[in-house]
Amino acid sequence: MARMKFLCDAERCIECNGCVTACKNENEVPWGVNRRRVVTINDGVVGAEKSISVACMHCSDAPCMAVCPVDCFYKTEDGVVLHDKDLCIGCGYCFYACPFGAPQFPQAGAFGLRGKMDKCTFCAGGPEADRSDAEFKKYGRNRLAEGKLPACAEMCSTKALLGGDGDVIADIYRERVLRRGKGSEVWGWGTAYGPGKPGAQPPAGGRS
Amino acid sequence: MRRAALGAALGAAIFLAGCGEDQQVTVYKQGKYQGKPDTQSWTNDPPADQLRGSTWTRGDKGSWEAAINQRAMGQNEDIRIYKQ
Repeated sequence: MARMKFLCDAERCIECNGCVTACKNENEVPWGVNRRRVVTINDGVVGAEKSISVACMHCSDAPCMAVCPVDCFYKTEDGVVLHDKDLCIGCGYCFYACPFGAPQFPQAGAFGLRGKMDKCTFCAGGPEADRSDAEFKKYGRNRLAEGKLPACAEMCSTKALLGGDGDVIADIYRERVLRRGKGSEVWGWGTAYGPGKPGAQPPAGGRS
Repeated sequence: MRRAALGAALGAAIFLAGCGEDQQVTVYKQGKYQGKPDTQSWTNDPPADQLRGSTWTRGDKGSWEAAINQRAMGQNEDIRIYKQ
């Protein structure tokens, strides 16, 4: 059984926000709602800055599903966590329960009115008929029903963001990590100065 | 002695219980997931213009999974760089 997951490689993410743009465009996500975001830590600190693309992680034991008072969430056989907007009351419990801040609420009305929750669907639509206009309008594009993977992962320029069956993308990531090694090689030292002892300092008196 | 052995056995049972994995099987019944209506991805016809990956047979979950996994491998640029 496939279990759809995202995996973001912090060594590769360059904070280009291509995934965010791809998601916005593919699903016509309204203004003020970001189903996907790029989070950067140690911003500006040379060598320590890392970025990661975050959206709904489609948890195996999703806390949003547990706290929803109207039980609007469901999990598909592919392991994708979806919700029914016809049932959602926009209470925001799921937002507080989610460790990734995935649930988003459009605030288009007066008095800070909170609309129905919107979140990443792993490009799998919602309860409406697959690939229908009604489904697109409420949940965005259903790419899984077209045999495609989420637009964010497929659009990622550095292939930092991987999407698909957990086992398949874990294999891709593992192979990649084994090839690139660790330590100074990751930062391009070997590329710039030739292979050497990891962490070795440049020779004294060299070219400045 | 017996009490210690019993305690050890109980401790081992509690310790090993953490190694278990909950069932994650999602039941699809009468067109619904946990009471919410939805269709399964593989019950759709494959689009005519498949750009990448293989196609699938309508209603065949295995062929849909194979197609989507093949497409996922398109994210592995190592295949294009090192394995040609």
